[in-house]
Amino acid sequence: MTPAAVPTARTAGLIGCTRCGRVFAPGTELCTRCGAPLSSRDPRALQRVWAWWFAGLVVYIPANIYPMLITRTLTYSGEGTILGGVVELLGHGDYFVAFVIFFASILIPVGKFMAIAFLALSIRNHRFLDEHAQHRLHAVVEFIGRWSMIDVFVVAILASLVRFDAVATINPGIAAISFALSVAFTMLSAQSFDPRAIWDE
Amino acid sequence: MSAHIHQQQRPSAPRPDPAALERLRACPHCDALYQIAPVAPRERAICTRCGAVLIAPRARAFSRIIALAVTALILMAAAIFMPFLDLSASGMHSRASVLDAVLAFSDGMMLPLSVAVGALIVVIPALRLSLIVYTLAPMMRGGPALPRAAQAFRLADALKPWAMAEIFLIGVAVALVKVAGIATVTPGPAFWAFCGLVVVTVLHDDVMDAESVWQAIERRETARRSAADAAASRA
Ligand SMILES: [Zn+2]
Ligand SMILES: [Zn+2]
Repeated sequence: MTPAAVPTARTAGLIGCTRCGRVFAPGTELCTRCGAPLSSRDPRALQRVWAWWFAGLVVYIPANIYPMLITRTLTYSGEGTILGGVVELLGHGDYFVAFVIFFASILIPVGKFMAIAFLALSIRNHRFLDEHAQHRLHAVVEFIGRWSMIDVFVVAILASLVRFDAVATINPGIAAISFALSVAFTMLSAQSFDPRAIWDE
Repeated sequence: MSAHIHQQQRPSAPRPDPAALERLRACPHCDALYQIAPVAPRERAICTRCGAVLIAPRARAFSRIIALAVTALILMAAAIFMPFLDLSASGMHSRASVLDAVLAFSDGMMLPLSVAVGALIVVIPALRLSLIVYTLAPMMRGGPALPRAAQAFRLADALKPWAMAEIFLIGVAVALVKVAGIATVTPGPAFWAFCGLVVVTVLHDDVMDAESVWQAIERRETARRSAADAAASRA
């Protein structure tokens, strides 16, 4: 079945609510059932996607340069970046946890920037991925993006736990803020994307 | 694919009557248009094009959702105030509650992050569950909805991706591995409360069927409007 064969609210000249699914006559501004603003396709959705995407990218750069963790012990004082933390875990032989952090803090954010940019650029172009694959890619990005927040929580737990004043302390670094913001901004970018437009002819 | 939902075949007229519109649903993810039919509990109506679950009613859903949400709120209170982890290294002890984890960022530059972590693991999950209880509790026994119930439930739906209790739990596991070399860590009662909270939240989200809630809210709103109209025409 080609996508054109599937009747949609848009092809029927109606507007579907993206929050609750109720269908309305054209010109209706608010959903009478859930109160969400209605639009057949929001013409400014892609602008919002790109705005959050760039904001996320801008704060993702300092997140990788500056330290996530500042550790002080009697014999050691150091600052760990995201990548440094992964390398350190590998050095201790904690391969599984190193993989989890590598996946959540590096692979997911980078993959997400590329996936959102790809979707935004090729929303009407199905040469590389068909509609189903594009829709699935968006669903995966929305589902998995929030899991990047793991490293921020790790920093919060370590900083609150390791407080042996003179002997050892761990403090959060500035990268923790910029990384948390980057995750939030890219989540907003993915949420701004209107997957209904993937299927339009 | 379900037999209980039929693809809309004929495009409707430009000005369709409201009663016909009431029986239509558009997939929120791909805009495919369907004519709704009753779906039995434990059956699911799935969008044939993108696979999104459109309707998934459960028996006694409202009372089960409320019971699970209230349980989750109680577990959350326990998880916040009781000791979460106990760390001991070379004769020294350190205990942290979730509150301490949130306040870890409270000095200087880190205040905004402290607020964000507190929001993601405590405030937003608790707010979302409270909004759901606010929406459903009055309707559970067939009573009228409280004012702004639709707004409350819509906000609860929008907050869902920002409630990150389960992600925090994975963060705890990673943090434990990271300190394993320098200290021994014993989980406190709050740790188990938090695990319970994550399990209860998963069960809660599984029983939740937004379409049933929206239908219940709409029925009450329609009844309220017609009662108000009747009163106005008498006056
Ligand atoms: Zn709606
Ligand atoms: Zn769909």
